[in-house]
Amino acid sequence: MYDFKYQKASSVADAAKVIGGDSEAKLVAGGMTLIPTLKQRLAKPTQLVDLGGIAELKGIKKDGNAIVIGAMTKHVDVANSPEVKSAIPALADLAAHIGDPAVRNRGTIGGSISNNDPAADYPSAVMALNATIVTNKRKIAADDFFKGMFETALGADEIVTAVSFPIPEKAAYMKFPNPASRYAIVGTFVAKTGGNVRVGVTGAGPVVFRWKDAEAALGKSWNADALKSLSVKADGLNSDIHASSEYRAHLVGVMARRAVAKAG
Amino acid sequence: MPSVTLTVNGKKATAEVENRTLLVQLLRENLGLTGTHVGCDTSQCGACVVHVNGVSVKSCTLLAVQAEGADVLTIEGLAKGNDLHPMQAAFRENHGLQCGFCTPGMVMSAVDLANKNKNPSEHEIREWLEGNICRCTGYHNIVKAIKAGAEAMAGGR
Ligand SMILES: Cc1cc2nc3c(=O)[nH]c(=O)nc-3n(C[C@H](O)[C@H](O)[C@H](O)COP(=O)(O)OP(=O)(O)OC[C@H]3O[C@@H](n4cnc5c(N)ncnc54)[C@H](O)[C@@H]3O)c2cc1C
Ligand code: FES
Ligand code: FES
Repeated sequence: MYDFKYQKASSVADAAKVIGGDSEAKLVAGGMTLIPTLKQRLAKPTQLVDLGGIAELKGIKKDGNAIVIGAMTKHVDVANSPEVKSAIPALADLAAHIGDPAVRNRGTIGGSISNNDPAADYPSAVMALNATIVTNKRKIAADDFFKGMFETALGADEIVTAVSFPIPEKAAYMKFPNPASRYAIVGTFVAKTGGNVRVGVTGAGPVVFRWKDAEAALGKSWNADALKSLSVKADGLNSDIHASSEYRAHLVGVMARRAVAKAG
Repeated sequence: MPSVTLTVNGKKATAEVENRTLLVQLLRENLGLTGTHVGCDTSQCGACVVHVNGVSVKSCTLLAVQAEGADVLTIEGLAKGNDLHPMQAAFRENHGLQCGFCTPGMVMSAVDLANKNKNPSEHEIREWLEGNICRCTGYHNIVKAIKAGAEAMAGGR
């Protein structure tokens, strides 16, 4: 690992000032992606700004028709939260299956969506539940946030402060995990919110996407059978030692049907 | 050089480190606590698991400076003198190890599980071990050991 300067930010404004003034500075949240990257010398930041001490970024609350989760809330706390379990059990279930217990004890929702790994779990929920990403500058709709592989709409001195998830009528997440890392080879999150159906797919493509044909079919009839005749094109999907693009395309349908059945 | 002060196995410790020093390096190199192992460089194997403020964490994926003020428990802190911790005893009784390389991490993960779930099922134990890789024992006896260890802990042995 290359050396760097390190500081604990005392507030969001404080952290924004540092990363705004130094394009080579990096925020660190749970460190579960950043520290392995540094260990491999794949990044060489000048300084790390630790968000770990900022109390305003932690916690889960119900706000009207939404569950609002602070950026520094750990996966384990989303998985165990009584509010999340009762309002959006599918989201608690997703968080409970990220990586392993030690990863869930450190990794955060803000870090996960800011990192936007093509195989990360949370982006599928953010898309399917039509969540709003709250930053220190603005609110960003799910559809505008995930731009490409490891790329988001966040500006240079922009920090995710919370994610607001509208409470759905029905929702479920199914993932076909990589047997070693538990990242999604394909993960499909289905949700019906205010009569509107959205389907978020992670792991399959370079960036999370919505399966709009499935949304239309499920909008007409919320039933796994409604998806039987649909398929996703393999063109442009990920292909690696774990799964070919054709296999991933097939899995999108399988996981979507299982998710609808699970949501009931 | 930054200096880090933390509590390790109940004792205050201060170490001079670099910002890039990992907690596992502080434990092994500064404090000589070599029971915590490093089995990979990808944060996947769990040989380095210790408890930080009461929960299991991969000490290879936390900077020493991030552990300032923390309460850390390592494998060396489990036994009371010559009396093994019930989880350690269960690993011995059930042949839950061969070479022993993964064992410190396995035991620390297992103790965290048993603290949260007094009577874990075999399935729950296997799911919990997602982040602990063993390359020689096979998981069967490890799972048996953890079940017995959790029972012993619940029974206050
Ligand atoms: C062994 C292992 C298995 C894993 N398995 C899975 C899995 O199955 N599914 C899954 O989804 N993930 C998995 N992960 C990733 C894990 O969920 C990470 O916790 C997560 O991707 C990153 O969150 P973090 O809090 O650790 O962020 P960090 O690593 O601290 O940061 C990641 C990036 O986001 C930036 N960042 C962090 N917080 C903010 C913020 N608030 N605003 C703006 N930018 C920010 C950082 O600067 C950095 O570039 C795994 C990780 C490991 C090590
Ligand atoms: S050494 Fe920490 S996970 Fe492998
Ligand atoms: S006992 Fe040898 S690696 Fe597990």
